[in-house]
Amino acid sequence: MAQIFHRSANTLSRVTIFGAVFIVAFVLWAIGGIVRSPVATDQGIEREQPVPFSHQHHVAGLGIDCRYCHTSVERSSFAGIPPTQTCMNCHSQIWTNADMLGPVRASFAQGKPLEWSRVHRLPDFVHFNHSIHVYKGIGCASCHGRIDRMPLTYQASPLTMQWCLDCHRNPEKFVRPRNQVFNMAYVPVNQAKLGPELVREYQVQKLTSCSTCHY
Amino acid sequence: MSLLDLEKFRERVEGEKLYRSLEELARDDEFIAGVEREFPQQALPLERGVDRRDFVKLMSSSLALAGLAACNRPAEKIVPYISQPENLIPGRPLYFASALSLGGVGAGVLVESHMGRPTKIEGNPDHPSSLGGSDAMMQAAILGLYDPDRAQVVRHLGEISTWSAFLAALQPVLKNAKTNGAGLRLLTQTITSPTLGAQIQQLLAAYPGMEWHQWEAVSRDNVREGLRMAFGGYANAVYHFDKANVVVSLDADFLAAGPGHLRYARDFTARRKVRHGQTTAMNRLYSFDCGASSTGSLADHRWPVRPSEIEGLARALPAAVMKDLEANRGASIVIAGEDQPPAVHALVMALNQALGNIGSTITITDPLEVAPVNELESLRKLVTDINAGAVKALVMLGGNPVYDAPADFNFGHALNKVPFRAQLSPYYDETSMLVHWHLPEVHALEGWSDVRGHDGTVSIVQPLIAPLYNGRSPHEVVGALIGGLDQSPYDTVRAHWMSKGATEQTWRKWLHDGQVAGSALPARTAAAAPPATAQPRNPATPSLELHIKPDPNIHDGRFANNGWLQELPKPQTKICWENVALISPKTATDIGYDDKTRNALVNERSTVRADVAYRGRNVRLPLWVMPGHPDGVVTVYLGYGRTYGGKVAAPGVGVDIYPVRFSDAMSGGAGAEVALVRGEDAYPVACTQEHQSINPKDMFGQDREIIRAGTFAEYQRDPHLGHKEGHGDETMYPPHEYKNHAWAMVIDTSVCTGCNGCVMACQAENNIAIVGKEEVHREREMHWLRIDRYFRGEPANPEVFHQPVPCMQCENAPCEPVCPVEATSHSSDGLNDMTYNRCVGTRYCSNNCPYKVRRFNFFHYADYDTPALKPMRNPDVTIRTRGVMEKCTYCVQRVNEAKIEAEKRGGNQRVRDGEVTTACAQACPTEAIVFGDKNDPTSRVAKLKGEPFHYALLEELNTRPRTTYLGVIRNVNPEIKG
Repeated sequence: MAQIFHRSANTLSRVTIFGAVFIVAFVLWAIGGIVRSPVATDQGIEREQPVPFSHQHHVAGLGIDCRYCHTSVERSSFAGIPPTQTCMNCHSQIWTNADMLGPVRASFAQGKPLEWSRVHRLPDFVHFNHSIHVYKGIGCASCHGRIDRMPLTYQASPLTMQWCLDCHRNPEKFVRPRNQVFNMAYVPVNQAKLGPELVREYQVQKLTSCSTCHY
Repeated sequence: MSLLDLEKFRERVEGEKLYRSLEELARDDEFIAGVEREFPQQALPLERGVDRRDFVKLMSSSLALAGLAACNRPAEKIVPYISQPENLIPGRPLYFASALSLGGVGAGVLVESHMGRPTKIEGNPDHPSSLGGSDAMMQAAILGLYDPDRAQVVRHLGEISTWSAFLAALQPVLKNAKTNGAGLRLLTQTITSPTLGAQIQQLLAAYPGMEWHQWEAVSRDNVREGLRMAFGGYANAVYHFDKANVVVSLDADFLAAGPGHLRYARDFTARRKVRHGQTTAMNRLYSFDCGASSTGSLADHRWPVRPSEIEGLARALPAAVMKDLEANRGASIVIAGEDQPPAVHALVMALNQALGNIGSTITITDPLEVAPVNELESLRKLVTDINAGAVKALVMLGGNPVYDAPADFNFGHALNKVPFRAQLSPYYDETSMLVHWHLPEVHALEGWSDVRGHDGTVSIVQPLIAPLYNGRSPHEVVGALIGGLDQSPYDTVRAHWMSKGATEQTWRKWLHDGQVAGSALPARTAAAAPPATAQPRNPATPSLELHIKPDPNIHDGRFANNGWLQELPKPQTKICWENVALISPKTATDIGYDDKTRNALVNERSTVRADVAYRGRNVRLPLWVMPGHPDGVVTVYLGYGRTYGGKVAAPGVGVDIYPVRFSDAMSGGAGAEVALVRGEDAYPVACTQEHQSINPKDMFGQDREIIRAGTFAEYQRDPHLGHKEGHGDETMYPPHEYKNHAWAMVIDTSVCTGCNGCVMACQAENNIAIVGKEEVHREREMHWLRIDRYFRGEPANPEVFHQPVPCMQCENAPCEPVCPVEATSHSSDGLNDMTYNRCVGTRYCSNNCPYKVRRFNFFHYADYDTPALKPMRNPDVTIRTRGVMEKCTYCVQRVNEAKIEAEKRGGNQRVRDGEVTTACAQACPTEAIVFGDKNDPTSRVAKLKGEPFHYALLEELNTRPRTTYLGVIRNVNPEIKG
């Protein structure tokens, strides 16, 4: 019986068998990379909003405190999205004719709420509470990044479980004094010394039980 | 061995202490095989096989869907308020006080509202009819609110119409009524609402010839008429079980049904919680039980008797019981059941009078109803008048008389003769099919009203949400009949109370407190006279007696469309999705329900059907043998066999009993016949008793002491009741450390009535899905908390024990090490966490759980699609999907919330005792379930764990469960033998 394959096929098969290991490894590596990348996590992606609200302008430019709009951040799991009324507190006085604010005025006049696109979205099986993180000295910027430098808001952190656990396992690396929580520009002077002190003072626990977040 | 071979039973009963069912006692090979096959629910395949083509289809579509799901995260919108309401913090619930009523009598509730969506109902601790407890029907009202099958539009002759069209159609009728006087009739259910009562009085004044009828299928006519007989006028009796040392129940189920039962259960069981070094005396309950009641199951002495025998007992109680009553003059209660004729109630009141109880343990007040009336006679008059052609227009507020009127009234036939008929009701039901105008009725959580509790305390019913389905309140309909301005129910209720002297301040306080301060009806001086007619009724005949009772879950049928209540195992029989004919073991033998018939029936999974004939009419029901049921009686439950009224209710769920309910025998009577249906296949019944069962004996035949029980006298001699200290807790694994909290639960089985309030509270709190009868029959029900029922003693009249079994949260948990993906793990507080998103559905954890408390989503049970049900769910709990294991978490969402709030108080505080409780413990009317932090030595739970009669379930396994039990202690009268 004649040979079906040419001798050169031997080389090809050796390369294939040897390469399979690398190919499989590469595919796994690629998948791992993709699920952690912004493609899957939406990190760094700006969303289209009904009004191109600029945190940069309102926070850095005007110096408005986070809690002026996100009123429930110290009391509730949900930080709160301001009602149209909050916008109109100022914008009934200033920029009253700006085209950009048309949807806000329409919402207030017609009684139809603004529909914002959610930027930070956790899966439904994860329960996150803003108030306790704020109370324990985790700054807004620790998770949300430099909001005061965002003309359009995007998700600064990957919000993966690995990322959550980085802090839940080592809170001393991230904790800051309570009076600096809402300070966007806070830079720790000596976190290696301050961190453990604050962890002791605030009794920050290393909560890594599953039911801390999943229930 | 034969199932009903009583002699052999006796022999076995001697040897075996506990049994859950007759099948277990019979213990034939099939039964044992069934129990040993630990997971019958896993052996059952899909309904029909999946062929290759289907398989490929399923696989490809699920792959495609999986791919899609991974690529696109759904864009989510955040929709804030225009201007945010005061006091509302987004993300945190608000609680509002209101009241829910059944049969016209209310109990106060606190309703949890998440951003305007009511999601959970709790009892109002300040309301005298609740004291914080709630029952299954109250808990399930939240599903009733969102039920997409509720009537949603005004209908005229079945076609969609409008409220204004109805008003227009009403005008000529009202004009006629005004000029002609008579002809206009109003039919309502029992009404205690002062506002609605005043409105109806106003209506009656406006149309002098008009008449008002009241009808309630499960009415309290007997009680009303009995008290009238005794006191010479309509009255209301309020019982004070906390003051009673001795209670005699003559077929009264005061712990589980009727006005004030939550309060009564709390008061009664407060005298039965035996605590070491504190309790010097217990109360004692004698129960003469005509069926299988919760009250009977808690009794110290229980006798199964025929309903017809009760009257004789009311005249002459057994000497030992009488002696006990005499010894506790002024501190005892004799109470008769609502099924008993008025004469019995009058006799019982006279007996209480003679014992000096009236004024001490029983308070007589004015009636609760705005216009008390004999409802049966009221309906009879309506039907007679209709048949005589005297009724020109009939407006029905609530109720479903075509379905639930006595069979001999032939109400549906009569109704068709009325020229104008309109009905306000929550569902488009049997009656709605026959009316010209049907108006959707608001749910109690949607509309303003008011209602009286069992002692007369008025609660303002305030809505939690605007009517979801265009519902109208009875206040609006009566307002429309009166004519004039279209006043909102809020204005109506408020104006009524303002005219009674309320101020803005008091009104707000009443709304906040959930009750009108000082509105309880005052005690009136009353002396009961024995009834004039001294003739006892016909003595018991040898024939079978039919005993008709309201269903413990769906009542008279009004909750038939509530899937939660349908799937709830009934408190004593543990049957769901069905009504059956209950008979005693002896009666079963008598009618030929013998070995042969039974051979095919295994493990309380199936039964035979029987024809129950009464006065020439026949209903065909599954037959169910109930230990402890009186001989010669067949008990049937109302409320099933609906033909209209929602997708869950009808058709095909259970059998309608109303065709054998006659106006002169509302709770049945002698002369019934039961005949087995021969030649039929075994009839499957969804009975959960033998599901997830624990074998009461270990492999060496030793009693595992699942239930521990003793008498109070024994307890006083030896509080440990002979039980040695538990097994050692040596372990090969390094022990867990619980530095902060250690959550734990103690369940006092002494005071568990098996009422199911906890089961339903758990279902509402934790978004637990229902699965339907077929799946329950395959042992796939999802309730995280089950109540096991055990018998001890002769099947003719055994002792009954209830044992709620939630997750034990073992410290050495067998479930944790076997999970290949660490979806179940130990928390720092000692909870066995279940991480749904990690679970891949191996079910190893469930296999390894000795308590069988884990539940698996074999199919996609949770309803993801019905839009109406989405806002109902608790936003703090994940909704589980197919292929995921789930179980009791000790309401970890509440625990976490409490921990966060405690820390935010500052000063690094811990959660204090009582600041957090589980849904089951909160609902429990008798406070049998206590939840708290074991690490806090001052907590209630830590103290209970130190009780001598405290034990852990299957503690020989050394799982170190956090959920533990207190044994049952009964106060047996030494003078009564057997």
